[in-house]
Amino acid sequence: MRLERRADTPLRLVVLAPLGAVLAALILAAGLIGAAKVDPLMAYGEMLRGALGSRLSVTEMLTRATPLILTGLAAAVAFRARLWNIGGEGQFYLGALTTAWVGHSLALPGALGIPVLMVCGMAAGALLLAGPAVLRLRFGVDEVVTTLLLNFIVILFVGLMIEGPLKDPLAFGWPQSVPVAGDFRLPDLIARTRLHIGLLIALAAAGLVWLILARTVFGVETRAAGLNPRAATFAGIALPRTIMGVALVSGALAGLAGAIEVMGVTGGVTTTMSPGFGYAGIVVAMLAALHPAGVVAAAIFVATVFVGADAMSRATGVPSFIADVIVALSLLTMLVALLFTNYRIRR
Amino acid sequence: MKAVLELSNITKHFGALTANDDVSLSLAQGEILALLGENGAGKTTLMNILFGHYAADAGAVRVFGRTLPPGRPRAAIEAGVGMVHQHFTLAGNLTVLENVMLGSEPLTRLRSARAAARARLMQIADRFGLPVTPEARVASLSVGERQRVEILKALYRDARILILDEPTAVLARPEAQRLFETLRGMTQNGLSVIFISHKLHEVMTASDRVAVLRGGRMVAERRTALTSAEDLAELMVGRKVDRPVRQDHQIGAPVLVADNLRVTEDGATRLDDLSFTVHAGEILGIVGVSGNGQAALGALLSGLAHPAAGRLTLDGRDVGHLGPRGLIRAGAARVPEDRHAEGAIGEMSVWENAVLERLRSPEFSSRGFVRRAAARAHAAALITRFDVRGAAPDTRIRLLSGGNMQKLILGRCLATGPRFILANQPTRGLDEGAIATVHAELLAARAEGAAILLISEELDEAVGLSDRIQAIVKGRLSRPVTAEQADPRRLGLMMAGIWEDDDAA
Repeated sequence: MRLERRADTPLRLVVLAPLGAVLAALILAAGLIGAAKVDPLMAYGEMLRGALGSRLSVTEMLTRATPLILTGLAAAVAFRARLWNIGGEGQFYLGALTTAWVGHSLALPGALGIPVLMVCGMAAGALLLAGPAVLRLRFGVDEVVTTLLLNFIVILFVGLMIEGPLKDPLAFGWPQSVPVAGDFRLPDLIARTRLHIGLLIALAAAGLVWLILARTVFGVETRAAGLNPRAATFAGIALPRTIMGVALVSGALAGLAGAIEVMGVTGGVTTTMSPGFGYAGIVVAMLAALHPAGVVAAAIFVATVFVGADAMSRATGVPSFIADVIVALSLLTMLVALLFTNYRIRR
Repeated sequence: MKAVLELSNITKHFGALTANDDVSLSLAQGEILALLGENGAGKTTLMNILFGHYAADAGAVRVFGRTLPPGRPRAAIEAGVGMVHQHFTLAGNLTVLENVMLGSEPLTRLRSARAAARARLMQIADRFGLPVTPEARVASLSVGERQRVEILKALYRDARILILDEPTAVLARPEAQRLFETLRGMTQNGLSVIFISHKLHEVMTASDRVAVLRGGRMVAERRTALTSAEDLAELMVGRKVDRPVRQDHQIGAPVLVADNLRVTEDGATRLDDLSFTVHAGEILGIVGVSGNGQAALGALLSGLAHPAAGRLTLDGRDVGHLGPRGLIRAGAARVPEDRHAEGAIGEMSVWENAVLERLRSPEFSSRGFVRRAAARAHAAALITRFDVRGAAPDTRIRLLSGGNMQKLILGRCLATGPRFILANQPTRGLDEGAIATVHAELLAARAEGAAILLISEELDEAVGLSDRIQAIVKGRLSRPVTAEQADPRRLGLMMAGIWEDDDAA
């Protein structure tokens, strides 16, 4: 048995690969659910009901999907250029912290202040990724290592700030940062739910990223730089500038996710506000095969698993950590599925 | 003579494509058989079936009278078949000895028997006249030396039949000659050899017998002594192919002038004291053994390297500091040495590749957005004008054959009506038909007044196309000789670095 490169990848395989990967991940996770002495079908039923069963649960799921779309886009943009940004989590937190800090004392009307705060969050995320990008371009330092380790540094830094200078005095001693001013809370998309207009911003971002990647010179150069750096250089594409541009866009998207989460959901920053949005963004991007439209769909899937697992856990007693298992498994199965979109098995 | 190897009625399909159609072949003890055919004729597939990389749909492989189980390379190795692939399968971070031992020791062994292996390797190297340094790291070896390691690896596994897939594709001519002498010596030691090639001259000089494949079928078998290169060319291509011939014409004014250039890379001087002039309507050929500075010269004229000293001018304008895009705007066009690594991005479409160099020109983008319709139309025009087969603007370029990819790259260069063209190994790895097309296009550009610098390791090509020739040796250029003065002996001396007492042409 051997693998043989496919001459071309038919479109139906591109679509079927993530679906197959997700199905395989669910089947594998069913083994674990079964080991917890729960009927997997029933568990998955509870999961679906918990995430999609009512108006409230759907809005909850979409609220969760909002930052995932943005961190997914951040990963997709970077990965297309073979810039391995594993630091979405750190960029998310730094974006969130910057937004809370500026948003606490900013004296601007809401309509003006919200865009300003979004830019602040984006700038924070972009700058955080600029460092590793410079290190890679100047000294060849592997950005997987630097971006990954920066996550821990940033989260510790956030902890330092919310226990210290940015501590919320009204939080009864809870480690929480000062909240953004009420004017800068994102308006609700649907009244009496947590769903806020951040979802529309994330969708607009997906559209914009698609436009940039598919239609602009920068998008084509990014792809060329990722697929074959030598040929791109030969064609006159300035590799360092392209990679730097990609880093800024990617970091900004992850930072924006943090800004929107603060303005739309939490108000202030805590060190537990992200259930791994940055890391899950990597899974989202891979499930989406790095396509912006796919990112939206994959984010909705991952949010469904996250939100549904809580409900399932309450109903069946299976620990909600199963959500992390499913998401992690679907990354692995997706990697296998990607192999089969490019290769076929020959005997 | 008895046959050591027999392939009978081999057929292999890949989807709709028939790679081998009822092919039979036998190899006698001590014989060198050349398997000749154009790219895509099915030579490599046939050898992969023999070696067990592929399983044939029909037919059988017999080695020393025993039928091999299909699809099992290990069985082929055990039966005494060794294969040297076109792209080497060596680990660069290991030593020669480690590479040779790799895979021949059971994993369960705790200590590897290095001393014994070393002695055995040296004995084999000695017996077959393949000198190596067992402790040298493979990464530090030249291509020719690596190939020697590949051959030793096969011999170490007791190969008595050696298959070499396009062994000279990566070698300069003197290295190739040495290889064939070595192979000849090995046959006297009882080995039998099959080598795959599409180069007629080496088939004529190095083989005892030639088998010609075309379109997956065995079209002819000839004793080398009883055939001619012309005969074989016609058998291989299926029609008569004549390489186009350079016509004499008036040479114009200087276009590209290099004056005492020096190029350094990581502190090492790659090119020194380099002066040359390419005139309008002239092809200047640069010949030399590979690794003498051709790569640096190619990088310099592609805008990827810049002179540390001296001047490079195009139509009188200093262009030494320009990058690829600046050079192109100044009127240069570049055919890169390695079309897969530098010339094209395989996963991108034909149209994207066609405009990649000029993506930021107003023709193909405005306000940062790609003008996709214009780019596609341009690609479609190139496909028609340069007869790129099997391509539409949206085809991924890696699906094209080498020749068609090269036609597109050439078309991308010529479409702008360039003043100067760098053609770096423009026909490497192409078959006769494609070579003729590339030559014809270059000569047409010359006739229209382009100044062309041709870097080639194929002497026939350099002599056939060039008006004047200079040799590159250790980063320096010989004085030019005209094509008429360029007899093989003189070129050989030039390439060996002997030219000081020559008259300047």
